[in-house]
Amino acid sequence: MTLAPETTDLKVLLRLTDDWFTACDLGALLPGRGVAALLPDGGQVALFRDRGGELYAIDNRDPFTGAAVLSRGLTGTHRGRPFVASPLLKQRFDLATGVCLDDEAVRVATYEVKAA
Amino acid sequence: MTTDPGPTPTIVLVGHGMVGQRFLEALAERGLTATHRVVVLCEEPRPAYDRVQLTSYFSGRTPEDLSMTDPAFIAEHGIELRVGDPAVTVDRDARTVTARSGLVVGYDVLVLATGSYPFVPPVPGKDAEGCFVYRTIEDLLAIEAYAKTATTGAVVGGGLLGLEAAGALKGLGLTSHIVEFAPRLMPVQVDEGGGAALLRTIEDMGLSVHTGVGTQEIVVDDASGAVTGMKLSDGSELATDLVVFSAGVRPRDQLARDCGLAVGERGGISVDEQCRTVTDERVFAIGECALAADGRVYGLVAPGYEQAETAAATIASDEASFTGADLSTKLKLLGVDVASFGDAHGTAENCLDVVYSDSRAGLYKKLVIGRDGTLLGGILVGDAEAYGTLRAFTGSVPPVSPESLVLPAGSGAPAQLGPSALPDDAVICSCHNVTKGTIRGAVTEHSCTTVPEVKKCTKAGTGCGSCVKVLGQLVTAELEASGVEVDKGLCGCFAQTREELYEIVLALRITSYWELLDRHGREDARGGDGCEVCKPAVGSIIASLAPSIGASGYVLDGEQAALQDTNDHFLANLQKNGSYSVVPRIPGGEIAPEKLIVIGEIARDFGLYTKITGGQRIDMFGARVEQLPVIWARLVDAGFESGHAYGKSLRTVKSCVGQTWCRYGVQDSVRMAIDLELRYRGLRSPHKLKSAVSGCARECAEAQSKDFGVIATSNGWNLYVGGNGGATPRHADLLAQDLSDAELVRLIDRFLMFYIRTADKLERTSTWLERVPGGLDHVRDVVVHDSLGICDELESLMRAHVSHYRDEWAETINDPEKLARFVSFVNAPDTPDPVVGFVPERDQIKPDLPLLDIGLRRPSRDDLLEGSTRR
Ligand code: SRM
Ligand SMILES: Cc1cc2nc3c(=O)[nH]c(=O)nc-3n(C[C@H](O)[C@H](O)[C@H](O)COP(=O)(O)OP(=O)(O)OC[C@H]3O[C@@H](n4cnc5c(N)ncnc54)[C@H](O)[C@@H]3O)c2cc1C
Ligand code: SF4
Ligand code: FES
Repeated sequence: MTLAPETTDLKVLLRLTDDWFTACDLGALLPGRGVAALLPDGGQVALFRDRGGELYAIDNRDPFTGAAVLSRGLTGTHRGRPFVASPLLKQRFDLATGVCLDDEAVRVATYEVKAA
Repeated sequence: MTTDPGPTPTIVLVGHGMVGQRFLEALAERGLTATHRVVVLCEEPRPAYDRVQLTSYFSGRTPEDLSMTDPAFIAEHGIELRVGDPAVTVDRDARTVTARSGLVVGYDVLVLATGSYPFVPPVPGKDAEGCFVYRTIEDLLAIEAYAKTATTGAVVGGGLLGLEAAGALKGLGLTSHIVEFAPRLMPVQVDEGGGAALLRTIEDMGLSVHTGVGTQEIVVDDASGAVTGMKLSDGSELATDLVVFSAGVRPRDQLARDCGLAVGERGGISVDEQCRTVTDERVFAIGECALAADGRVYGLVAPGYEQAETAAATIASDEASFTGADLSTKLKLLGVDVASFGDAHGTAENCLDVVYSDSRAGLYKKLVIGRDGTLLGGILVGDAEAYGTLRAFTGSVPPVSPESLVLPAGSGAPAQLGPSALPDDAVICSCHNVTKGTIRGAVTEHSCTTVPEVKKCTKAGTGCGSCVKVLGQLVTAELEASGVEVDKGLCGCFAQTREELYEIVLALRITSYWELLDRHGREDARGGDGCEVCKPAVGSIIASLAPSIGASGYVLDGEQAALQDTNDHFLANLQKNGSYSVVPRIPGGEIAPEKLIVIGEIARDFGLYTKITGGQRIDMFGARVEQLPVIWARLVDAGFESGHAYGKSLRTVKSCVGQTWCRYGVQDSVRMAIDLELRYRGLRSPHKLKSAVSGCARECAEAQSKDFGVIATSNGWNLYVGGNGGATPRHADLLAQDLSDAELVRLIDRFLMFYIRTADKLERTSTWLERVPGGLDHVRDVVVHDSLGICDELESLMRAHVSHYRDEWAETINDPEKLARFVSFVNAPDTPDPVVGFVPERDQIKPDLPLLDIGLRRPSRDDLLEGSTRR
């Protein structure tokens, strides 16, 4: 019952420079967990869906270690802001802005994302 | 031969010890000796003497020197002192006391000051020739005479008196041993650290100390009837010619019991605040025989003196009361200063310890500080210089920092310090070289109030993370010291502690994290997404209780999957480059060659780096996420199951080879280790659990460094708990001895479930044991003596866990939907993560992480050692 709570065939779409890129089925996103998707240019994006159904997309690369693992972190809400904590050294990143909550000088790229 | 109560009212005192004598002096001071007839029945062949200084007899003080009774005082006040004539019965209706000589004395007021008798444990042979107690001058004379024919002596009991007695035996020229059942010396006065300092000093004096063992039998020579040795609970035998029992004292309340006076459950004549017996207003009890109104029997002379004053004042119709006394003591035992004062064991709520210890120098100093900085008490071993000052400050906030009162002047950072005792220039976070002073400054000057704020401000704790616990303690201590109310909640989402959440989940059978958050979370966290702190903590609680609350026992089921840390989510350990390690379970470290070959083949086929771990098993590193299911399919096929190296759960039960092969082994330690590992495998807990079983006291499995360690004895098993390696090593404490297999398992069941129930998140058993009020004694009360009546429940929770265990990897590889998660890319399941790369090293591989390694210093070529394999 877990992976596909809805039987819709909605897709998760990601805004790249000039196009919407289809990343995966919405059903592949478990609320509170992320997945990684491969971009056409070889880059990686981490996709998340929160409890309320909101979607977020940030660069999958953890800037503190270089490993592409942010999609595997735990998510949460801090003072109303959605975040993911890196599974390696636990820094938190704001899912909406990509800013590292533990060190504002560090930021990861964010993407516009929607379900359609 | 009856003396009637004549016209002058009569006070009869039974017992002429230290307190009795003080009572007589108090009567005289109040003029009562003039208005009353005073009769004293004294059992010993001499009037009151200084029992506290008893041992000084061996350094040349004569019984006369020790006397506290001035014959002139007795004569002057017309006191009828009957030496060597104890009271035998009391008739409270007739108000008479009968003495052994047949004398019957009528009384208006009767005062019992009968003191204590030494407790002799009921071991076989305890009455043999050569067995003594240590209480009176007569005992000393007897020991002295017997010692002339002896070469070795042993004292049963390592408390205050036991140490004195052992010192005396040594002074008599005997090779001396001390046998103490508790894991440390002077268990009542000092804590573990103090005991360690004391041990060192006392062993340095040439006394042999045996702690954590009981005396099981006194070995007696059949022909002569004299002592030749003793059998100890660890199976060993100690040869000795003389035994002194010093295993505590019991109030002498038999006379009182016989005449119907109420006595306490554990003895002692019950009295009120005026020291009047609760049963009879004409009868008083003072000193060590009395159970004071505060429910305690005081074994020290100072409280006894206060009671003597109180009773005399009450008899004179003055106002006085005895409501309890300070147990502060400062002693010089065998030349070692030992002092304890105030709340020495830190029983007050939320109190903090400041500890300085230097076991090399036999020094140990602990101060107990309240949350507002009040000095509550302390323990000093080895150097009690500061005792006076510190006692004076007890109950107030000292004008200087408590640390400065115990730290040696101008010292650096001594070993084994609690974080609050560290000097300001001590480095707390070695990754970022942040000192304690900087961390404190973050709180006091930069108004940080939480650990994340302090981390951000100072960078401390943002490297390897090993300092975060200490950091948290420092921040809390600093905030509390400045009077800020510290939030004890689990995280920003829950105001409850982990323990409270456990109780909620268990009682309300909550199987959903979201439900718990929405119903019991903080107001502003409800409906939100929680955080990375509470999700795994609650996930772990639900997993440990799964069968009992009706949740799925499989951590990847439903919503539970979203709560797991990445390691649990992929059932493998994440490495620095995004690859994973694989650790199959090898119960007890025992493995057949066929299985070793399978591991070797898998590692070879997938190109994994292999290493023997510190936990007696094999770790294979460098697996990509999409390789995990394929690797595990082969492992499961070969009969392996998950080793839970990724979980906060049972890791390994190490074993030594034991009785089967080892010439010293006394039990089959491998079998026991395997049994325990299979019993507790998969048990989710607040932190990881490690165990070991050694086949004899040589301890090759290092069981005393484990959360629960087992050491074989010739009679069964000894169970140790609360050991830890890691950053703050701790030796485990002995919980119980000589257990059968079934008793052992039952105790571990209870211990683990009680720990899981009450520990904080990420709190190992060692820190938990140090933190819970009452410490080891409390835990022993709960799990051994069932003082809370919860043992049935603890056992049934464990039974449920054991009977519902299933291997998570076997379950996962048979579930296509779960398997779909083991991909690097959701949209390209067959493409491996290109960031995961490796380079060769020493015939194997290692991660290749060329970029972005910010903040971590890399060794330059010059740093490499001559001959290093890295060159
Ligand atoms: C593999 C191994 C080192 C080795 O190559 O031998 C190891 C590797 C790790 N240890 Fe360990 N520890 C290993 C034996 C130990 C031991 C020795 C032992 O168990 O006999 C200790 C000290 C004993 C103890 O725990 O009391 C040990 C004390 C720690 C600690 C400190 C725990 C503490 O209470 O202070 C951590 C950090 C933590 O858990 O918070 C840690 C954490 C880790 C982590 C999980 C760090 C991490 O998050 O990546 C490493 C995971 C490696 C992996 O991916 O598999 N490891 N670690 C050992 C695996 C044993 C096994 O078979 O399961
Ligand atoms: C070796 C040693 C060292 C100690 N060191 C310290 C120390 O450093 N600090 C400290 O505070 N305390 C110390 N104590 C404890 C201290 O001695 C006792 O707290 C104190 O003696 C108690 O006084 P008491 O009068 O209540 O009992 P006791 O001094 O025991 O006197 C009771 C007397 O009553 C007599 N008696 C009993 N029954 C009868 C009867 N039916 N009829 C007549 N007489 C009877 C007994 O024979 C005894 O003489 C030490 C004790 C010992 C043995
Ligand atoms: S602990 Fe004892 S039984 Fe086990 S291997 Fe060592 S010596 Fe042998
Ligand atoms: S020591 Fe502080 S983060 Fe490593």
